[in-house]
Amino acid sequence: MMKIDIAAVEETAKLLYIRALKLLPDDIKRGFERLDAAESDPTGRSILATMIRNIAVAERTDNLLCQDTGIPIYNVVIGRGVEVDGAALKAAIRRGCERATREYPLRSSVVHPITRVNQHSSCGARVPVINLDFSEAEEELRIEMIPKGSGSENGSFLKMCIPADGVAGIKRFVVERAIEAGGKVCPPTIVGVGIGGTSDLCAHLAKLAATRPLGSRCDDPEGAKLESELARAVNALGIGPQGLGGDSTAFAVHVEIAATHITMNPVAVNIQCHSARRASAVFRPGGIEIGF
Amino acid sequence: MAHRELTLPIDETAARALTVGDTVTLHGPLFGIRDATQIHMFDRKRNVRFDLRGQAVIHTAPNVRKVPVSAEHPAGYAPVCVGTTTSARMERFTRPLMHQHGVRLVIGKGGLGEESKAAFRELGGVYLAIIGGTAALETTWIEAIEDVDLDDLNPESLWKFRVRDFGPLLVAMDAKGGSLYDRIAERVEDRKRAALAALGLEP
Repeated sequence: MMKIDIAAVEETAKLLYIRALKLLPDDIKRGFERLDAAESDPTGRSILATMIRNIAVAERTDNLLCQDTGIPIYNVVIGRGVEVDGAALKAAIRRGCERATREYPLRSSVVHPITRVNQHSSCGARVPVINLDFSEAEEELRIEMIPKGSGSENGSFLKMCIPADGVAGIKRFVVERAIEAGGKVCPPTIVGVGIGGTSDLCAHLAKLAATRPLGSRCDDPEGAKLESELARAVNALGIGPQGLGGDSTAFAVHVEIAATHITMNPVAVNIQCHSARRASAVFRPGGIEIGF
Repeated sequence: MAHRELTLPIDETAARALTVGDTVTLHGPLFGIRDATQIHMFDRKRNVRFDLRGQAVIHTAPNVRKVPVSAEHPAGYAPVCVGTTTSARMERFTRPLMHQHGVRLVIGKGGLGEESKAAFRELGGVYLAIIGGTAALETTWIEAIEDVDLDDLNPESLWKFRVRDFGPLLVAMDAKGGSLYDRIAERVEDRKRAALAALGLEP
């Protein structure tokens, strides 16, 4: 059994938050290159060029890509050969998140939802969001950090369609919400679509879809088919980068599915902005590997 | 479609001379405002120390570092990362910003709505679109944080930046009732029918 050093988890949680804010994953950079090569609108081309330049400026000046430090999300996947104190793990992640904010310092974008008081720690009730899951992997623990920007998070929608609405209802909902979100969600985006489950699971699936690496596909063949169809439809709308016109509205549409009830047909949309940031660490017996 | 270099503050004539599609680069003071800033200014009627007449405001809440007060950092803050947030949430504050404070230029991302468009037309102002999510670049246009007010709202304080070569920014809504967002929305509405048909759906 691999024992997890809780102090290393705290340091890693801190490091991942700062790293995610500065370095865009390679799949997103390649996504930009692909859109830039195909964009036909002059305004759209010029905006994509500025976005690509910003990625380079952030790396050169060792600065954050975007001012929005987001709502911090940590996705933890624990392998079966791992021994860890779960409560201590969650507390360490929270401390790491708080230290990143105070020590760097980062803007704390997190407030109490009613009083709007900011503790200047990026933490609060139930935040950072920490999702725990388990894998078949042996001696391996993975922590993924996602600073979820608010401009795109405000582009979140849920509809409890009914069975009579069919897949048509799902498709229409995605297209209409992409139009409603327009430029407010900082396109080009990754449109995450959750289909099925309960209302809360459906919304969670949409977030998983929106934060999946570009190039990955839905495991379910029907979901994967919808991904292609919906991406074509969303990019045919002409919303374009920043909603100022063009072909590049979405890098991709990602779909995640769950089984649902015979009377239900829920669909959720969660959008990731062009600053599609994430960072990850994998703990193994030989050490900690930092990546995306 | 012209490019203009503007040193702030500007007068009504200069604001009305700008047309959708023009680009603008700004020099001088620039004031940072956000949701909480304006909720406190207008809903809670808090006074502000700054004279905003003829000035530009930007929808932002920056990342800053507390530093000793110096000539370089007169407010005791160094800019770390200054970007721009989605404007639409602050739609209802455009008119009071212009009417009560004399603001001429609003900078943001994602655009503003009908009420702002009417305020720009009646009172003489424009909306300048910046590219959201490009804060590393934007930060290089900020010379200093000169002053700060309502700092109990930090990071949503009322910031006074000094900027040079801030831009180019795109005039996306003008004082003649023009809006680039309206033009795009019309185009999207036209294309929606074909997009739905390709998915096998009725328009």
